[in-house]
Amino acid sequence: MTVEQVQDEIMDEFSIFDDWMQRYEYMIELGKSLPLIETKHKTDDNIIKGCQSKVWVHADMIDEKVVFTADSDAVITKGIIAILIRTFSNQPPQDILDANTDFIDQIGLKEHLSPTRANGLVSMIKQLKLYALAYQTQLN
Amino acid sequence: MELNLTKIRADFPILSRKVNGQDLVYLDNAATSQTPTQVIDVIADYYRSYNANIHRGVHSLSQEATDKFEQARQNIQTHFNIPKSHEVIFTSGTTHSINLVAFGFGTLLDPGDEVIVSALEHHANIVPWQMMCERSGAILRVIPMTDDGTLDMHAYKELLNKKTKLVFVNHVSNALGTINPIEEIIDNAHKVGAAVLVDGAQACGHIKPDLKKLDVDFYTVSAHKLCGPTGIGMLYGKEKWLNKLPPYQGGGEMIDEVTFEKTTYADLPHKFEAGTPNICGGIAFGAALDYMNAVGFEKIGRYEDELLQYTTEKLTQIEGLRIYGDNKHKTAVISFNLDGIHPYDIGTLLDKMGIAVRTGHHCAQPIMDYYKIPGTVRASFAFYNTKDEVDTFFNGVQRAVAMLR
Repeated sequence: MTVEQVQDEIMDEFSIFDDWMQRYEYMIELGKSLPLIETKHKTDDNIIKGCQSKVWVHADMIDEKVVFTADSDAVITKGIIAILIRTFSNQPPQDILDANTDFIDQIGLKEHLSPTRANGLVSMIKQLKLYALAYQTQLN
Repeated sequence: MELNLTKIRADFPILSRKVNGQDLVYLDNAATSQTPTQVIDVIADYYRSYNANIHRGVHSLSQEATDKFEQARQNIQTHFNIPKSHEVIFTSGTTHSINLVAFGFGTLLDPGDEVIVSALEHHANIVPWQMMCERSGAILRVIPMTDDGTLDMHAYKELLNKKTKLVFVNHVSNALGTINPIEEIIDNAHKVGAAVLVDGAQACGHIKPDLKKLDVDFYTVSAHKLCGPTGIGMLYGKEKWLNKLPPYQGGGEMIDEVTFEKTTYADLPHKFEAGTPNICGGIAFGAALDYMNAVGFEKIGRYEDELLQYTTEKLTQIEGLRIYGDNKHKTAVISFNLDGIHPYDIGTLLDKMGIAVRTGHHCAQPIMDYYKIPGTVRASFAFYNTKDEVDTFFNGVQRAVAMLR
């Protein structure tokens, strides 16, 4: 699936909810399926700055596709990073760089998009794209 | 004679708004308090009717603005029982006040002199002093805290010695609400000849301190913590200290005579009020004090204690909830965590329910390090909060816990 197809799939899943509680409960559920970062990568260097909770992210390139793993000590943040990773993981680095993240707004999590929001969703997107950029540079 | 909550709440337009579709329950008063119509009107009236620069105009508007601004200074003097009106320095708030003193006091220190901070401080009462110590070579000592969120006063007395020049503590801890025994801290410091600065940012909205009686050397206040606007506050300093300290910022208003060879400085308070001050803010600060005094600090204190007891009793019913700074002598602040749940998660879900609390380290990382936690959820109350709101908050926390566990 392309990044866009995954995003469509997520939007579809969220469309059945009509209040915030259901959306958040689902997001917390998604956090439980997050591909967890290996303990050896759970280092301070891999913590994303700008989040009130801790978020660790690691990336590998396998068959010219970026594979992300992550973890967080807060479950809502874990849900957010799980959603992002589901869209970006197993994608070619250039596709990750080109991807927009407007779907976050569509699934009712718009408030998390503000750059000043303490959860650092914007920092997370930036960090995932930085990994993609690094791997894209290797491919060039 | 108890508070008329219906009347009081009607004074605060913001309290009737909705957040995320829910009635706002504002429990972040330690961060900033809300503003009553009486103060909002003063702000609007200033810009509508008599906005002018002060102290140097010959025209009537300027005189009117100057009179109002100086009247506010007198309000502040009276409220805090400050001996002389020129000991009231308008600043942008507590952070500015502390930096002003730290800048000047550093010039009076020699390498090896000692200054004392407490473990319960906000970063604003730590970092400016660390900068001062770097400049002056003075040594920073720390009064340790104990499990119940109070200062270890025995350790404090051990720290004091002939080399101690200055002690700085907050009146009330922003992260925990602890009311520090400042009388005792001041008396003991004075015995070794050290001066004391008390950061009153978290106290001023709940307690009316008598600065003359306290015999404190410096006291700082932020108006937005007591129903005034942001960007204005005050520094009280004893005249003898303010005369000793060099000016913090240069500019207009703070001078006596300027030539390129030598400039002489204006008398107090102008020496520390360079440039055009926050005139409207100063006047509104005075109005905020008028408002709060009309409500009455004694009544406010009694009512907030009641809210604190009520909330504490409710919250402790929740399994796995720990309140930090569980001491008897505190303002209406409850800093807590729930077993296995990140404070950020609780705060986010409460926000969706229209409940405003603060989560995180509250700019007091040393306290969080002491308890070995990333942060807390902090609910902080004001006299306009109600028991109904506490119930909403309590139900909200339970709902959040059910979602997160």
